[in-house]
Amino acid sequence: MHFAFTDQQIEFRDAVRQVLLNECTTDDLRASFAAPAARTPRWETLATLGVVGASVPEAHGGLGLGLVDLVPLLEEAGRVALPEPLLDTTALAVPLLAELAVADGGPRAPLADWLVSIAAGDRAVAVGPPAPGPTPVAGADGADLYVLATDGGPDGPEIHALEPDSVTVAPVPSLDPTRRLASVQWAPGPESRLASGPVAASLVGRTADRAAVATGAELLGLSQRMITLAVDHAKARHQFGRPIGSFQAVKHLLAGAQVTLEFARPAVYGAAWSLDEGEPTASRAASVAKAYASDAATEAARVSLQVHGAIGYTWECDLHLFLKRAWALSAAWGSAAEHRARVLASLVAEA
Amino acid sequence: MDTPMDLRFTPAQEAFRREARAWLAANAPEPRSLPSLDTAEGFEAHRSWERAMFDERWSVVSWPEEFGGRGVGILEWLVFEEEYWRAQAPLRVSQNGVFLLAPTMFEFGTEQQQRRFLPAMASGAEIWCQGWSEPDAGSDLAGIHSRAVRSADDRGWLLTGQKTWASRGAFAEWCFGLFRTDPEAERHRGLTYFLIEMTAPGVTVRPIPQLDGETGFAEIFFDDVFVPDDQVLGGVGHGWNVAMATAGSERGLSLRSPARYCEAASRLVALYGQRLATDPAAAVHRADAVAQAWMDAEVYRLATLWTATRVLDGGSVGPEASANKIHWSETDLAIHRAALDLLGPGAELHGGGTDAPWLDGYLFALAGPIYAGTNEIQRNVVAERMLGLPRG
Repeated sequence: MHFAFTDQQIEFRDAVRQVLLNECTTDDLRASFAAPAARTPRWETLATLGVVGASVPEAHGGLGLGLVDLVPLLEEAGRVALPEPLLDTTALAVPLLAELAVADGGPRAPLADWLVSIAAGDRAVAVGPPAPGPTPVAGADGADLYVLATDGGPDGPEIHALEPDSVTVAPVPSLDPTRRLASVQWAPGPESRLASGPVAASLVGRTADRAAVATGAELLGLSQRMITLAVDHAKARHQFGRPIGSFQAVKHLLAGAQVTLEFARPAVYGAAWSLDEGEPTASRAASVAKAYASDAATEAARVSLQVHGAIGYTWECDLHLFLKRAWALSAAWGSAAEHRARVLASLVAEA
Repeated sequence: MDTPMDLRFTPAQEAFRREARAWLAANAPEPRSLPSLDTAEGFEAHRSWERAMFDERWSVVSWPEEFGGRGVGILEWLVFEEEYWRAQAPLRVSQNGVFLLAPTMFEFGTEQQQRRFLPAMASGAEIWCQGWSEPDAGSDLAGIHSRAVRSADDRGWLLTGQKTWASRGAFAEWCFGLFRTDPEAERHRGLTYFLIEMTAPGVTVRPIPQLDGETGFAEIFFDDVFVPDDQVLGGVGHGWNVAMATAGSERGLSLRSPARYCEAASRLVALYGQRLATDPAAAVHRADAVAQAWMDAEVYRLATLWTATRVLDGGSVGPEASANKIHWSETDLAIHRAALDLLGPGAELHGGGTDAPWLDGYLFALAGPIYAGTNEIQRNVVAERMLGLPRG
C-alpha cells in the first residue's frame, strides 16, 4: 500500500504546470475564441515536452505512461482550461489505438503510423462517446483523426477510425467556445472499422471509464482554479471596511467547496490506479471519481460565482472561462447522477 | 519517493488481517449483544471486552509492545479497524483514552507518565473522559474559566471550576482537562493540561441524560481538587498546544477510522436491496441518496489511505484534519438519514428490532457535527488555514 504519486510524476506535473501557466493564460484563452485550431504552437510545446505522446508506447515515439501518470497532467490542463484536445487524444484515443495496434500479434498500419504522428504532435484526435445518431463531439472541429463508435445493435458496438476527408463536420456552438464542438456525420464501413464484437465492446466500456476518470482529473484542476480565483477576490474586495473573505458567510461557502474537492482528489487518483491495474471494481471506481469530481466542480463554480458577486457575472472577469468548462465537463461522459446510479447498480448486483 | 502507486495491502498486512479476523470471529460478542455503554451495566460489560482484547494484545495494536500493543504501523491499524467493524464488535468505551489522550501522551508525556497511565488505559482498568468544554466555553475553547492555583505545599495544583459535555464522564476513572494556570497571560498562553483522578476529593460528577435518555455525558465540578505536579501533561502553560494535538487526533486520523462508515454503508446498500425487493417504487426514490452516502464512505476510505501514506513518508496532518472532521461527520449523517428514509414510517420504532440500530446510529451521528469542534468552527479553520482567508 502506497497511495501517492512518485517524485518523478510530481516533477513532470510541476514542469507542465509552469509551462501552461505561461503559455495558457486567460488572454490566450480569449484569443483562442477567435482563432480556434486543434493544433497550436502550445500543442507543439506539449508534444516536445512529451505530454501529448505520454501514453504512446515507447516503440512508437512516446513515453509509454499509464493513466496514473496522466492524471496529474490532466489536472494541470484543467487548471488552465487548456483548449487543446489533450484528454481526447492522449488519455482516450492513444490507449485504444495502442491496444489494437498490438492485438492479433503485430502492428497494423496505419495504427502505428497514427501513434507516431500523435506523439510527434502532428495529429490531434477527437473521440466520440457511443451515442445513437449524430451527437456533438468535443474537439471535432479541425481534428486530424476521428475515433467513433456505433451504438451497436444486436452485435454490439463497433469502433471506427476516420480521417477528416471521410467525415462531414458541422461546428455546433458551445457555451464554452474553446471546446470546438462539432457534429460529425459519418458512415461506418469495413475500411474504417478497427474493432467489433467482444473486443470492441470491452474497449468502448474501458474508454468510457477512462474518460470518466480523465474528465474527473480536469475537473479537479478547474475546481481548484475557480476556488483560488474566488479566494483572491475575497481577500482583495472590501465592504463594510473589511475584506469580504473575513465574513464567515463567505468563508463557509469557500471552505465547503474546498472540502468537497479534497475528497474528490483521492477518488480520481484511486480510480486511475484501478483502471491501470484492471482491478475488478475499476469501473465502479471510475464512476465514483466522476460523480465526486462533477459535484466538486459544480459546487466550486456556484460558490466562486457567488463570492465574486456581480463582477463574476461579466464577460470581462476571467472566472467564466473556467465556469463554462466546468459545466461542460461535469455533464460530459456521464453526469454525477448517472454515475451514482451506475455505482448503486453495481453494488446491488454484487450484494 | 520512487515507490509506484499501489492500493493493495501487502501479503504481511493481509496475514495480519486474517489473524485479526479469526480472533474477532472467535472472541467478539454477538453484534449489539452488550447493553449500552452509557449505562452502568453496559459500561462494565464494555470494560470487560476491552480487557479481553488487551489480554491477547488486540486493544491497542499500533502501540509499542511494552505498553500492551503490537507495535504495528498505521496501515495495519486501518486493517484491524476494517476487521473490527466488519465483525460489528462493541463500541470502544476506552476511546477517549486510547484514540485521543494516548497519541498526545506518546508525544508529550514523560516516561513515568507513559508507564503509569498507558497500560491501564489499554486494559480498560482506567477509562478516561475529556474535560474541555465549560458552560461558557465551547467552540471558544480558549475562553475557559476553570483555573488552577499552586497548592500551599507547592507540590501541585488546586483545581476549581466546572467542565461539561464530558463523554463517558458519568463512569470514568480519570479525566484529562484544560485549566487556566496564569490568569494574567494572553488567553491561549495561560493554560495547562492536567490528568485528574475522578475520585480525588472535591470532584463532583452530575450525569446528563442525552437525546436518547441515557447518561452518555456529564458535568464535572472541581472544588479545590489537588493534582500533583507529575499529573501535568506537556508542561505548565503549554496546555493549548498539547490540547491541539489531542484535537488533531479527534478530527484527523485516529478517532474515526473509515471502516466504521464503510461498514454502515454496506449495511445501507443491503437495506436498499431488501426494500428494492419489497417496495421498489419507494426504494428507487432513495437510490441517489443511498449511492451518495456509500460514495461518501468510500472516498473517506481513499482519502485516509492517501493521508496515511503521506504520514508514513514523513509528512504531517495540519488543518486538513478539520476538512476530515467535516467529511466524516456529514458522511455518518448521510448514511443514517438515507437508511431512515428507506425505513419510512418504521424509522421511529425504538428499542429493539432488527432496524433499531439505524435510529440509534442516527441519534449518535447527529452529535458528530457538534463534538470535536463544531463543523462551523472547522469551516473557519479550513478557510483561514487552508485557503488563507483573513481572520474575522
